Formats: sequence, structure tokens, C-alpha cells
Amino acid sequence: MMEKMIFGRYIPGDSIIHHMDPRSKLIFVFAYICIVFLANNLVTYGILTMFTVLIMLVSKVSIRFFLNGLKPILWLVVFTFFLQVFFNRQGDLLYHYAFIRIYSEGIRQGIFISLRFLLLIFLTSLLTLTTTPISLTDGIESLLNLLKKVKFPVHELALMMSISLRFIPTLMDETEKIMKAQMARGANFSSGSLKERMKAVIPLLIPLFVSSFKRAEELATAMEARGYQGGEGRTKYRLLIWKAADTLSLCLLALITILLAVFRT
Amino acid sequence: MDIALEQVEYRYQPNTPFERLALHNISLNIPSGRYLAVIGHTGSGKSTLLQHLNALLQPTKGQISIGDRTIQAGTKEKNLKEIRQKVGIVFQFPEHQLFEETVEKDICFGPMNFGVPQEEAIKRAKELVDLVGLPKGVLEKSPFDLSGGQMRRVAIAGVLAMDPDVLVLDEPTAGLDPRGRHEMMEMFYELHRAKQLSTILVTHSMEDAAAYADELVILHHGEMKRKGPPREIFSHPEDLESWGLSVPHIVRFQSLLEKKINHKLGRTCLTTEELAGELQAYMNRGGGN
Repeated sequence: MMEKMIFGRYIPGDSIIHHMDPRSKLIFVFAYICIVFLANNLVTYGILTMFTVLIMLVSKVSIRFFLNGLKPILWLVVFTFFLQVFFNRQGDLLYHYAFIRIYSEGIRQGIFISLRFLLLIFLTSLLTLTTTPISLTDGIESLLNLLKKVKFPVHELALMMSISLRFIPTLMDETEKIMKAQMARGANFSSGSLKERMKAVIPLLIPLFVSSFKRAEELATAMEARGYQGGEGRTKYRLLIWKAADTLSLCLLALITILLAVFRT
Repeated sequence: MDIALEQVEYRYQPNTPFERLALHNISLNIPSGRYLAVIGHTGSGKSTLLQHLNALLQPTKGQISIGDRTIQAGTKEKNLKEIRQKVGIVFQFPEHQLFEETVEKDICFGPMNFGVPQEEAIKRAKELVDLVGLPKGVLEKSPFDLSGGQMRRVAIAGVLAMDPDVLVLDEPTAGLDPRGRHEMMEMFYELHRAKQLSTILVTHSMEDAAAYADELVILHHGEMKRKGPPREIFSHPEDLESWGLSVPHIVRFQSLLEKKINHKLGRTCLTTEELAGELQAYMNRGGGN
């Protein structure tokens, strides 16, 4: 089940996008999320789609894998589409049967909104697919540094983030291991009534929590033993380097934004 | 209960960039009552292989017959519970699977899942606590108050309580002290003999493999490289080295000794006692003077 999900996973690769600075990628994605809402007609959606496809091609992540990974959330897209189709009452009446009325504007909006959805999902998952969790947290920490002025605990947040990200796969492995061990003892996770299923989770959750507590304690001890005393006065091992490609990508984004602003109706 | 694997292949996450071929072309027969040891370098597919033995993983190609059930690649199998009861698996670091409030409840969890009545399960728990070498009175304690070694024993008792016909052990002694290791391996061997259990042991310890197993299977990069009795396999140390494995200390000692005295002893000895016997015989024949 979890094997199919592509959210938050990283695929090692060697494209330009893989080598970009995480800061520029983060800014890019954040800005992109905003400008997607500028599009409101055929031309602007066309520009956006072409742009997104281009980025996906540049990233060299296999499109087939992309589409496979999106299957679990496809129903959400389809659901929004039909919501629009059935409940939008603008434009010409195209079809009429009993209480179902389908209008041209409904279909148009349905397509546009599902497309907007897809574009957002594609680009945001591309961020995690091409950026290692570690450089992602480095990027976030560096972007949040401005907030230090208002006493925001940036270092602590970044540390917690990188530790959590580091332990997601470990915990997933552990979950699977415990699940299998309990299945070997006759536990059943995949059938039965809702109540039975909820009860079946206990033999999985308790060992997971217990081992997380142990792990946290061990990690804290190991960090202290290696001289960790908090964020003050630490130097950095991984340095973020802003390259030409990063500036270029943001310029490209600005260009697209201008195009969208010009062509939108 | 006989287990037979035919041309088994297993791929993790097929059709994704993470696809990995873990097992390849494995055909293996495990008749009832056999003590089989599976050895191989880290990542050779040992753990994947043993998860097939109770259908936790199902092959992506080939078929496995477990008792009178046959699991074919590509078909969805239902009702695997009977298999899981017959084939008990002790996973690596099994102490991580404990969750109940008391040791007794935790040991009873397995059998009660398979429909054993509570009184019967409690009775089994009481017997097993002695068998695995836990102190009296441990049944009422919380498993999380015990030491690591004791937790391991509770977890093993939890698997044995299901009364399996086949016992699969994935490095059951990893991380234990030498005495604990020895006790535990002896206990498994005793069970194997007393109950006519089929035992499948995955181990990194060549000494354990040599001392207990009737038959060895060597895995390397998901393929089965060799199968046979330990004496035969350990008499070819060069092959083992090419797969990142080694021979037991006693075998290495014997070959060094043979070089020194310039004489081949009668057979490859797997234990200290055997070697002592061979040396005795050699001395009596008048060698070494």
C-alpha cells in the first residue's frame, strides 16, 4: 500500500533540477502554487500545462512512475470534477434528465479545476522527488532564518524536522516488521468489522510507541555524548550554494507570471 | 509438514524505480523434521526467503507448497491463518513485538488468535516460561520491565505457544551474551528433536550452522548457490569465501593444523569434540612422532 505512494519520496537522479539549490526550489514551488490561481482560460491553462510538463521532462523522473504514484489521489481529482459538473449552473444547458442538469460552464470549470489540481500535485511532488529530505530541511531552515528576529526557534524546528524526516523510513520499516511479526502470530489487520480492525491496531501501535521512546532516548544520549549543546555557535557541514540555474528558474517563473497576467481574462 | 519451493522469484516494489529482485530461481525442499540452516551475506535474501515460508510474502513467480496448501504466484490467497499457525516465525529482535500488559497475556496472544481457548493458552504459557528459561513469577509482570534477554525469551515463548510444526528462526541469538546464545540454541535443538519440528535457522554464525543443521543452504545475491550437509559445504572454504562467507573456526583450525603436520585427517570436523577424536585416532596410529 505505502509502496505505491510517491509523496515525500526521493528518487536519486542526475538532472539539473536535482542539483538546484533547495531554497530556489522551495521559493519556486511556493510561488507556483500562487500563480496557478491566475490561470482562468484556455491560453493560460495551456501555458501552465506546457510549463509543468517541461519541468517534469527536465527532471528526468519517469512519467509512468509519476502517473502510477498518483493513482491513490486520482479519485479526489475526479470527485472535484464531478462536483463542478453537477452543481455548476452557469452557461448553456447541455443535458437534462430528471434532477441532473449539466451546463457547459460546469464542464469547463470542472476540467480547469481538476487540471489545476493535477498541476499542483505534479509540481509539489516533483519537489520531494528531486530533493533529498536533508537538503529540503536545510533550505527551509535557511529561508526561515529571517524569523529569528522575532525569536522564532528556527534551529530547533529545523533539527526536529531533519530528525523526523530521517526517521520516517526507519519507522516505516519498523512498522512493517512489527506488523509481519504480529501477523505471524495470527493478528489480522486487513479484515473484520471496524471495531475489530481498530482493536487489531493495538499490537502494532504499542510496540511502535515503545520503540520510539527508546529510540528518542538513545538518540538524545548519543547527541549529548558527541557534544551537542543547541544551535548556538554551530558551524555547518552542508553549505547551500546558489547557482545560475537557480536564478534562471526564478526568472522563468517571473516570465510565466507575466504571461499569465497578460493572457488571463 | 513438508515445504517445497519451486522456481520462486520475489521482487520488491515491482514496476517502480525502487524495484529490486530479492530472490531468483529458488527451488528447495524441506521435508518434515529437517534442521535447515540458511546462510549468506547481508542482503542475500535470507529474510525474504523465510517470509515466504508462512506466506507473509507471496512469490512473484513460481510456487510454494506448505503442507497441503499451494501458493501460486499471481493468485490472491485467502485464509492464510492455518499456514501461519503451523509455521511459527521468530523474527530478528523479536522482543520488539511485545505489547500486552503482562507476559502471560502476551504469550497467549498467538494461540488465542488461532482459536485456542484461554485456559489452554494459559496452561501453555506456564509450561513455556520454564522451557525458555524464565524465572518463576514472570507471568504477572509487564514485559517492558524485563531485561532485553528476558524479553527475547518471552517473545520466543509467544511463538512456541502456537504449537507450530515448523519453526523458523531469523538470527534468534543476535545481540545475546555467549551463555544466552548457547542456552537458546540448545533449547531450539532440544525442541526440534523432542517434537520432531522442522527447524529453519537463518544465521551468521557458521559455528551454529555447523553444530546443529542437517543441511545448509547458501544464498548469494538472491540465488541459491549451494545446498548440502554442513560437512560437505565446509570442506570447500574457497567457494565460501567467494560469497563473502567463512568456515567455522574449528574447520579453519583443522586446515592450518593439517598443513603444519603435513597430513590430512580423515574428515572435516565440525565440532571441537570431533576434531579431538580425529586427533586422538591420528596419535594412536603413531602419527606426530
